[in-house]
Order: sequence, then structure tokens, then C-alpha cells
Amino acid sequence: MNSLVLKLLVQRIALGLLLIFLVSIMIFLGTQILPGDVAQSILGQTATPESLANLREELGLNVPPLERYLNWLGGVMHGDLGTSLTNGRDIGASIADRLGNTLFLAMWAAIISVPLAITLGLVSVLYRGRWPDKLISAVTLSAISVPEFMMSYILMYYVAVQLGWAPSVAMLNDRMSLLDKLHAISLPVAVLVMVVLAHMMRMTRAALLNVMQSAYIETAELKGLRRASVIWRHAFPNSIAPIVNVVMLNMAYLVVGVVVVEVVFVYPGMGQYLVDHVAKRDVPVVQACGLIFAAVYIFLNMFADIVSILANPRLRHPK
Amino acid sequence: MPDHVLKINNLKIEATAYPPGEAPRRVTIVDGVSLALEKGKVLGLIGESGAGKSTIGLSAMAYGRGGIELTGGEIHLNGREIRKAKGAVLRSLRGAEVTYVAQSAAAAFNPAKKLMEQVIEATISHGRASRQEAKERAIDLFRKLGLPEPETFGDRYPHQVSGGQLQRAMTAMALCPQPDLVIFDEPTTALDVTTQLGVLAAIKGAIRDLGVAALYITHDLAVVAQIADDIMVLRHGKTVEYGSTRQIITEPQQDYTRALVSVTAKEHAEKTSDQPPVLQVTGLSAEYRGMGRDVLSDINIAIQPGTTLAVVGESGSGKSTLARVITGLLPQKSGQVFFDGRELSRDLKGRSREDLRELQMIYQMADTAMNPRQTVGTIIGRPLQFYFGMKGAALRDRIVQLLDEIELGAGFMDRYPAELSGGQKQRVCIARALAAKPKLIICDEVTSALDPLVAEGILQLLYDLQQREQVSYMFITHDIATVKAIADSIAVMHLGKVVRYGQKSKVLSPPFDDYTEMLLRSVPEMRLGWMEEVAQV
Amino acid sequence: MKRLPLPTLIGLFITGLFLFTAIFAPLIAPFGVSEVVGDVWEPASAEHWLGTDNIGRDLLSRMIWGGQTTIFVAIAATVVSFVTGSVLGLFAAVVGGWLDQLMSRFVDLIMAIPTLIFALVVLSVMPVTIPVLILVMGLLDSTRVFRLSRAVASDIAVMEYVESARLRGEGRAWVIFREILPNALSPLVAEAGMRFIFMVLFVSTLSFLGLGVQPPAADWGGIVKENKDGIVYGIPAALLPAVAIAALAISVNLVADWVLDRTSSLKGGRNA
Repeated sequence: MNSLVLKLLVQRIALGLLLIFLVSIMIFLGTQILPGDVAQSILGQTATPESLANLREELGLNVPPLERYLNWLGGVMHGDLGTSLTNGRDIGASIADRLGNTLFLAMWAAIISVPLAITLGLVSVLYRGRWPDKLISAVTLSAISVPEFMMSYILMYYVAVQLGWAPSVAMLNDRMSLLDKLHAISLPVAVLVMVVLAHMMRMTRAALLNVMQSAYIETAELKGLRRASVIWRHAFPNSIAPIVNVVMLNMAYLVVGVVVVEVVFVYPGMGQYLVDHVAKRDVPVVQACGLIFAAVYIFLNMFADIVSILANPRLRHPK
Repeated sequence: MPDHVLKINNLKIEATAYPPGEAPRRVTIVDGVSLALEKGKVLGLIGESGAGKSTIGLSAMAYGRGGIELTGGEIHLNGREIRKAKGAVLRSLRGAEVTYVAQSAAAAFNPAKKLMEQVIEATISHGRASRQEAKERAIDLFRKLGLPEPETFGDRYPHQVSGGQLQRAMTAMALCPQPDLVIFDEPTTALDVTTQLGVLAAIKGAIRDLGVAALYITHDLAVVAQIADDIMVLRHGKTVEYGSTRQIITEPQQDYTRALVSVTAKEHAEKTSDQPPVLQVTGLSAEYRGMGRDVLSDINIAIQPGTTLAVVGESGSGKSTLARVITGLLPQKSGQVFFDGRELSRDLKGRSREDLRELQMIYQMADTAMNPRQTVGTIIGRPLQFYFGMKGAALRDRIVQLLDEIELGAGFMDRYPAELSGGQKQRVCIARALAAKPKLIICDEVTSALDPLVAEGILQLLYDLQQREQVSYMFITHDIATVKAIADSIAVMHLGKVVRYGQKSKVLSPPFDDYTEMLLRSVPEMRLGWMEEVAQV
Repeated sequence: MKRLPLPTLIGLFITGLFLFTAIFAPLIAPFGVSEVVGDVWEPASAEHWLGTDNIGRDLLSRMIWGGQTTIFVAIAATVVSFVTGSVLGLFAAVVGGWLDQLMSRFVDLIMAIPTLIFALVVLSVMPVTIPVLILVMGLLDSTRVFRLSRAVASDIAVMEYVESARLRGEGRAWVIFREILPNALSPLVAEAGMRFIFMVLFVSTLSFLGLGVQPPAADWGGIVKENKDGIVYGIPAALLPAVAIAALAISVNLVADWVLDRTSSLKGGRNA
């Protein structure tokens, strides 16, 4: 690895960390300094002056915003995410299990959708303009046009209720075997796969087409190479960076989709936890969850950029 | 007939065009072309853009780019009909019996693989040599083509070598499988003129030594005259004339060929003037932000009223940067620009409307120089409104008058740029500049993107306008032929400096400095044996 | 006037139908928005074409009223997003310099947080009313419009015809409105269609999560939420909004495609 690549990598990682720091400010600002009184909006118009004062005290609203932010950030850095307003429990402890569950769900969705999306993208480029391409693109367009939660209920209605192939709620517990767990999450995973797959496949197709239209692909064809070796030897090495980028970009749909899907299938994960506490206006929980979701997303993007730096021959072999 | 490597009979090539918002329609690209090429001979295909020459070249590999179909006639390669051949047969020919050298080697090489891998790939995959043999052959070719450090040249990646070297490497790639036929598709068009000479000589040497047949495609008759045994002149997909190189160059039979052969010969007498200069540049230096070195240093030039200064140089010489500084788009680091006796402000904001009006600019790409959403009338009329406050009938009359001056006529007023041909677009740009009644027009490579006959028309128009309106030109170009045709004085630029400057007659006659001599020597001349003469020196 | 292609006609017809129904909902809907007219989850009948919902309201009427809310909120949020995003984007591209950098980096920062997550964070402290929803959705989404319009405008700003206008001495207004805007319009119009669909999905998702339009007002996401318990008993009422949203999304897409195609062919001349 040369010094130029190393420098770029260090820069990119530093940028990622800076971004997470700035995002923490945004999230803090978003919940604390909006017009109106947080305590008032939490308790509603009918609150008594005493309860308002108590809540302000509890939220630390009497302390200046900067100090509040620094306290919060200091806590987060030491792994202390604060305590929930509604049940007084430590947020870190409540999140730990749920984060694991969410990652379990997201991981399986990714494991299935990524190779599938790339394969389908490849198929539709190979059969460009012919029926497999048209079929794939019609199906993915309709998948994009239906929101995640509706897709969930469509699947739930037909697969779980009418056919009875899968449970309609995704309950997990520690005594379940891996197979049982997979069966339990089969519907939410299917929904996530469909949503992510549709977006990812369309972008993979576009990225591959872009590479396939390069002049060096024509050169390879005019060398009389077989189609498979044109793709494997010439298109593939140049497609890694764009495809990784596409995959990571679409993880955003996974991050958002998981929130909704967890609510639909009553899955004990971060998303459901977040939505519950937004409704209860439990600000510390919302901040903590928001920060974690955003951080995961930023890390994914950073990872994509790192791969494309490493895959770029111009950077690996400078003049 | 067995010694014909390639024989094409009555070839017809069609494509389906998809104009936006309309039904697709069939267009004929090549119609009724026949040719024959013997072993070891070179056939030049020449024509302007859209003549179908590249399409014919690729048809020798039975290959059609994006939607192009070979619909009629016969293509025999080494005695075998290949137009209707199946994929597997074609794959066995391509890269083995017939190979291809593209115009842009920079795009045609895979950026992710080392050069050697790509050069020997076809040779190995067709089993024409072992890996070791192929490598030795490649190194041998690198040496023959004059590439530096031939032993290790192949270990580099495409982005690590220069454009001229890539073009040579691509030639090596085409020759490595020892094919019977090589197709050269404008292999030197993208190169600077001094680089072109070397690559051309290397290609010619390699073809002759290996005894392969070649199709050489170009728009430059002077280039093809150096390398081809026979020449076919094409226009709109049809053969205009087909004969030996000597016959085409010395005794062309068709009007179109005659026009092509004589296109560069027109030269105007040199004008001089003792009036104070309209533009004077003294001690000018400039740099781009963050580059840390001068792209222009100590430029001193002047232009007399009613005359033309040609600024000539290759890419990277700083000639276009000079135009940007004079127009105020790039403030200079030091030095002054005097216009009509008054000093011009460094940046655009500090210049008066009068300064802007009297100094107009015409660009290389007329396509991007006109707003596609404005009609010709609006484009030409805007300077009239803006500078002179014209409106109504007076405005309309003046627009019509300008359209007449550029030989288009009032009918063009309501057309959009996309409805015009390349030459017409450039004429509209000239009219827009003229509308401001300027004292000086900067012409930045205005004929470089045009076909030779069209370019000649534009030069003639500019010349006539100068006679009538007494406007001065600063004519930026890389093309010596253009310089000879239109210049009164010349500044030769190299690496940000003016290396030679003066009246045309002086600049173009010896004794020369090294760079000017090389530049002048490298320009292909339309006669047989020119390259042998200069390449010997 | 050329004849419209069939997919465009279908798209226009369905989009028009949705808009018409939304505007004239009070005249078209057979029953009031929260009028209880029958039993819980009655099947479709001559009186209730789509049956009744979880507390016995007419589902067809709920869908029509819900469509009105959803489409109205989505249009309003699209307008907010578009006006904010495109004005700032064009401005940043033309002005350039540190102001452009500052605005662009700020937009990068907001886009580093997934939109739904950020919306949830903000809605946890804001009162959930329709104006607040429109503002939050519109402003968050304007980052995307900003990026697009800035990118399109910067591409155009370096074209030689813009340089030529600057060399002529034209003012900033002429450059923005006469040289850049007409050429930036067609990608922006096509994007407006996409943003509108995204807004429909977004507001439905928020309502479904209980953080959007509040009952008893109807909207498509809310109808799913109210009737989702029926799913396990085999009652498909909650699937109706999915059909409506998909139909609207696809038909708006068809129209947007046509707009993009038509305006880009205008470039090729009016008669070409």
C-alpha cells in the first residue's frame, strides 16, 4: 500500500468521525432547540405548572444548551446513553439486546439481497432490452412504488394468513434455534429483501451498463474473447467500485425499512423501540436511537468509499 | 483470387435511429461499397464525419456498433464469407486474423489491467503463441514501435504512460497475434501534430516489416497519402472515388476529391498597418489557482487594426489561457493588456460595457456556445438589444442583415441551434460576435471541429468580413495550414511562452528556432514521400 | 400538437382521476369521514362498495377522504421542498465560492442522517399537526432537490453560452433566468414527479407509525394502521391503500417520463 492511498484512507476515516460528531450536534439541536417548549409539548396543553417545572428539571432544561450538549456527548462517549423518561431504565441496557436483534434481521436481508441484486443486475444487462430485462424492470418498478409497510401487509395477508407458511408476527426468544429464528423472521426479511433488492438491482444495472459501454469492452469483444471472459476479465474489475457504492447507498433503504418492518411484525428491535418512544416523546431514547442509526449509516458509506479508493488503479499505481 | 485478404462486394449497412419523441426509423449508413485488399497492402478510407468510413472498417470484422446492422452484400476475409457468419466463427477471427486499433487508445485500454496483459491477451486466447513467446513478441514490437524501456514497458498501467505511447501500445496489441489484416481507425487524430509524426512513422514501419495488410481510416488526406497504397474517398456512405494513392493525389477525377486535395492550398496576401495597435499585451504572466506555476509567462504581442494575429501551439501551450486572460475571465498575475490605447481591468467586473462590446469571442464548439433553448434570432438579436437598445422593426432588419452577411438568410431566424449543421452553427456564432460591432474578435480554434471543406468556407467568410468591416482577429489554432491561410502575423507558443513572433513572412521562413522547425516539419503535406523525407532528418 | 403515446394517456387519465377525486371529495364520497354506518368489517355490498372498516365506517368514503388528505399533504410538501431546494440550489451554483461550499456541506450533513430517522427525531418534540408535517417533510426533502438543481445548474453554468453571456456583461438575473433555468427545467420537472411520489410514501409511512395525520382525519397510511388487525382474520381492508398508492405512483411516473421526453425533444427543434 502506498502513501497516497494511506493518506486518502486516513482522510476518509477522519471525515467519517467528524461527520458523526456533527450529526450528534444536529440530532441534539433537532430535539432541544426547536421552537416551543419541549416540556410543554411532551406533557401537552393541560399540564400543571408544577409538573412542567419538574420535567424541565429532569430534562436539564434549566442548564444552558451548550452545557447540556456537552454533558450528553460526554456520556455517549463513555457508553452512557442516559435514562429513559418513561420508565427510568438505562437506555444502553435496553438497546443492547434490541440492537443485536435489528442487526440479525438486517444482516439476513443483506446476505440475501446483495448477491441476488447483483445477479439480477447482471442478467438484465446480459439480456438488455429482451424479455428477462423488461420483466425484471417492471417487477422492480412496482416494488419501488409500494411503501414497505404495505408490502409487509400484502405478504402477511397472502403468505401468513391465506397460505399459513410463515408466522405473521416475528417473535424471538433465547430458547429458539437458529432455524426457528430464521423461520420467525422470514416475512420481515422477505419484505426488506424486496425493497432493497428493487432499488439496488436498478442501480447495479445502471452501473454495469455504464461499464459495458466503455471503449475497452469493445476492444475486448474485438479481440474475439468469449462473452463470459469479456465480463469476467474486463467488466468485472472495473465494476467493483461502482457496485460497492450502489450496495452501500441502498443500505439506507435497509436502515429505514427496518424501522417500519419491525413495527409491522412486532419485532423486538431498535426500530420498534424508537417509534414507541417517539410517540411517548421520550427524548433521551430518541436521541440515542437516532444517533446509532445515523452512525451505522455513516459507517456504511465510509466503508463504500474505502473500497472504491482501494479498487482504483490510478491511486494504487500512481505515475 | 486467394491472395485477397479482404474483399467486400456491394456492402449495405443500416441502422435504426431513435429521434426523441418520434417513431424509430431506418437509416442507410453505407450503400453499395466494394473494395479489395491484397496481402501486405494498405488501403486508406477517407471522408468527412458521417461518411461511414469507421463503419466500413468495423464491417471487416463483421462488427456493428450499437444497433448497426450489416444488411446486404458480401464480406470475404481470407476467402471466407463472414457477413452472415455465426458468433463462434467471428470470435475465432477477431483478434486473430483481423485486429483493430481505435482512435482513442486512452479509452480503449482497460484501466484496471497492466499493458502487457492486454497486449498479449488475444494472442494467447486464440492459441497463436505460448505466453512466453507472446511476451517476447510484444517486447519486440514495443522496441520496433519506439517505446521507452521495452523490456519493462508492459508492467505499467494505461494511466501511467502518455497518449502517444498508448497509441503505439495499441498498435503493438493489434500486431501481436500476427494477423493478416489490421484496421487503423483514426489512430493519430487525437494526438498533437509533433506526436502524430512519430506514431505515424512507427505504424508505417511496423506494417511494412511484418507484411500485414491494413485498412487505414482517417479524415486527413495528407496523412493517408503517406501510408496508403490505395485510397477510397467516401461521402454519405457511398464511394466517390477509388484508386491508387498517386492517382488520387495527383490526378483526382471527381470534383469532391479535387476539392479535398486542394483544400489547404488557399493563401491570402499578408496585410500590414502602421496604425496604433488595437490590442497590446506586455509582460503578461498568469497562473491557475493552486497550480503554483505559471501557465503563461512574459507574453508580449500586439495586433494592428484590420489584421489577423494567429496564435499557434499544441495542447498545453497556453494559447487558450491567453484568450481567457485577455477577455478578463482569468485575471493575470502580472503585466498589462491595452485595448485601443486604454488599459483593460484585470477582471471582468472592472470592465466597461464598451470594453466588453468591442472585444468579442468565438468558440471552437459552436454546439455549446449557443443556448439550445434560444432561436437564432434571439441569439443574434440579444447583443443588439443589450448594447444598442434596438427593438421592433429596426432590430429585425438588423438581424436579417447580419444573417445575409453570414450567407444564411432571413429564413434561419426562427430556427433552433439543433436544427443547424456544424458550419451553420459556427456562422451564427460569427454573426453574434459581429452584431456587437467589435474592434477585435478572438477566434478560439473555430474551424478545428469542422470538416475540411466546411472549415474552408468559414475561413473565407471571416476573411471577407475583415475586408468589409476592418475588424481584427486573434486566431488561436493548432493547425499550420489555417495559419498560412489567414494570418498576417504569427505568435508561436510552447509551454506558456511565445517562442517566435512577427510578420507571417518572417516567422515562416528560416532560420528557425528548434521548436518552430519541428512544428512546421511535422505538419503532413499532401504529397507522396513527404514522411520519408522528414522522418530521415 | 402531436398525439400522446398510450402509456402517457393512461398515466394522465389516472393521475387526473386521483386529483379530481381529491378536490371534489365532499361531493363524491357517499358518507362522511367519520360517520359510522354499519357493522365492523362488513364485506363489500351494493351499499358499501368496499365494505366497512374497523369501527364500521364506509371504506370507500374513507379512501376518498384519505386520498384528499394524502395528496394535499404530499403536494404541499413537494412545493415546500421544491421551492426551497431549487432556489437555493440555483443560487449556490451561480454564486459559487464560500457560500456555495457552506450550503453544500450543510446539506451533506443533513443527508448523512436517513430522512425517516431525522423526521422521527424532530417529530418527537414537535406537535404533530398538518402544517408541521408539511414543513418537516418538505424541508428535509429539499436537500435532495438542492443537490439536483445545484448539479444541473453547475453543469450548465460552465457551458460556453453562459460564459458568452457573462462576457457580454449580462447581469445575474439574465444569466439565471434566461440562460440557465430554461435548460435546467426538464430534469427538475421530472424530478418533481418523483419527489411527489416519495412524499406520498413518506406521509403514509409516518401516519402508519402513528406520527403523521392524526385520527379521526383519514389518510391512506392511517387506514392501514386502523385496519391492520383485520389481516390476521383474513380481512384485506388494510391492503386497499396499497393499491391506491401503487396506481398513483405508477401513473405519475408515466407522466413524468413523458414530460422529460417532450422537453428534451424540444431541444431538437420544434419541427424536427
